[in-house]
Amino acid sequence: MKVVINADACTGQGRCFGIAPELFDFDDLGNGVVKGDGTVTPELVEKARLAEANCPEHAISIEE
Amino acid sequence: MSIKPPVEDFATDWDHTDPAWVANPYPIWDELREKCPVAHTNRYGGGWFPSTYELVSAVANDTDNFTSRTVVIGNGRPGEDAPPAPIGVAPPISSDPPFHHIARRLILPAFSPGVVNTIETFVREYCGKLLDNVSAQEIVNGGSDYAQYIPVAVIRQMLGFPEKDDDLFRHFVHIVLEGIDEPDLEKRIADFEPIRIYIEDQVQDHIDNPRDDLTSYLLNAEIAGSKLLPEHIFGTMILVLVAGIDTTWSGIASSLYHLATNPKDLERLVNEPELMPLAVEEFLRFYSPVTMARLVKEDFDFNGCPMKKDDWLLLGFPAANRDPKAFEDADKFIIDRKINRHVAFGLGIHRCAGSNLARMEMRVAIEEFIKRYPKFTLAAGDADSVTWSQGQVRGARNLPLTITK
Repeated sequence: MKVVINADACTGQGRCFGIAPELFDFDDLGNGVVKGDGTVTPELVEKARLAEANCPEHAISIEE
Repeated sequence: MSIKPPVEDFATDWDHTDPAWVANPYPIWDELREKCPVAHTNRYGGGWFPSTYELVSAVANDTDNFTSRTVVIGNGRPGEDAPPAPIGVAPPISSDPPFHHIARRLILPAFSPGVVNTIETFVREYCGKLLDNVSAQEIVNGGSDYAQYIPVAVIRQMLGFPEKDDDLFRHFVHIVLEGIDEPDLEKRIADFEPIRIYIEDQVQDHIDNPRDDLTSYLLNAEIAGSKLLPEHIFGTMILVLVAGIDTTWSGIASSLYHLATNPKDLERLVNEPELMPLAVEEFLRFYSPVTMARLVKEDFDFNGCPMKKDDWLLLGFPAANRDPKAFEDADKFIIDRKINRHVAFGLGIHRCAGSNLARMEMRVAIEEFIKRYPKFTLAAGDADSVTWSQGQVRGARNLPLTITK
């Protein structure tokens, strides 16, 4: 499982790196970026799904 | 302020300054969502109010049909003398694409989470000082003793204005905020003059003595190799004052209002401080402070509504955040709500640039307050004395709290 951010949709709402700092970081503009290659380890699955479900811009997706 | 007739039907004659809306807008929005998802008014020269999450999202993301030239509803239209799109009076909030993108990229780094983290300690210490000042009082006013001071000090600190000017700066901020609703342009300009002079002095001081703050950042910033025009710098500084103060003040005070009136939530937050991030998002959803406005660019049909050029569009993020189609138990405050796609900071290209700062201020202000006062209620017999601000920023203003042991 991997998390992906659609950079065109992200406006820097900041929810993803607030919910799952293990998976997401922010850039100089405050937009969300995926850490590493976005691989979600089993203990982070719930956080990944919450990050996806809380993004107001629907910018996060999960590739199974 | 002019006397206006009370609203009898919000679907055809809405007014966001009507006393019923100011006191408790939520039942009005619930009814509109059921009956008439896009309400109309002839007040303010004509305007529309979508009340659902879906329609608010559609407007926020439609910069082709809606302009941000003016984002605060007033009597009359901005007129031909208003600064034109795309730059507008206070870039980037008043800017449309493509200039918006440039002005926004310019200021975002100054409000990024990394920068916000560096001032958290300042905010925490400042909150502690405010609480020290009222430690002898039996009744603490969560609004006028506490919440209102915090964002003023934060913005003054970020702009790099002298700490000794705190009282003067707060006075100026009040004039600016009151000026938003002042219909008399000449009076507004006259009231504004001392602020313009003060800010120009501060800017000159930063030109002479550059330092690491937002004012020097704006002075050094460049667009396509050129420094910003003075009116761009001034406009952005005014934007920071207008957008960053009564909004966050409202968020903090409304959160304290909730905790004072919901002792179980207060107890849970005191005992389970790890809930704070979820609680802050729910405070933001349930008590969303900010409503924006747009102007219709050209005649067009929106959701079956014949919108005319220069009609107002009241962009009710707080109403969207209470839409039961978008939130389970939308009318209930759930302190550990896990799925909460709220739009308190707006959506799309105009997402609040200061959202990271606002979140941090709310979290720290609430943390420090409940650490000092783990138990408090509305002052006895004073429930009716709680007041809410009128206009496009909603929040508790007078909030007398009895501290209990």
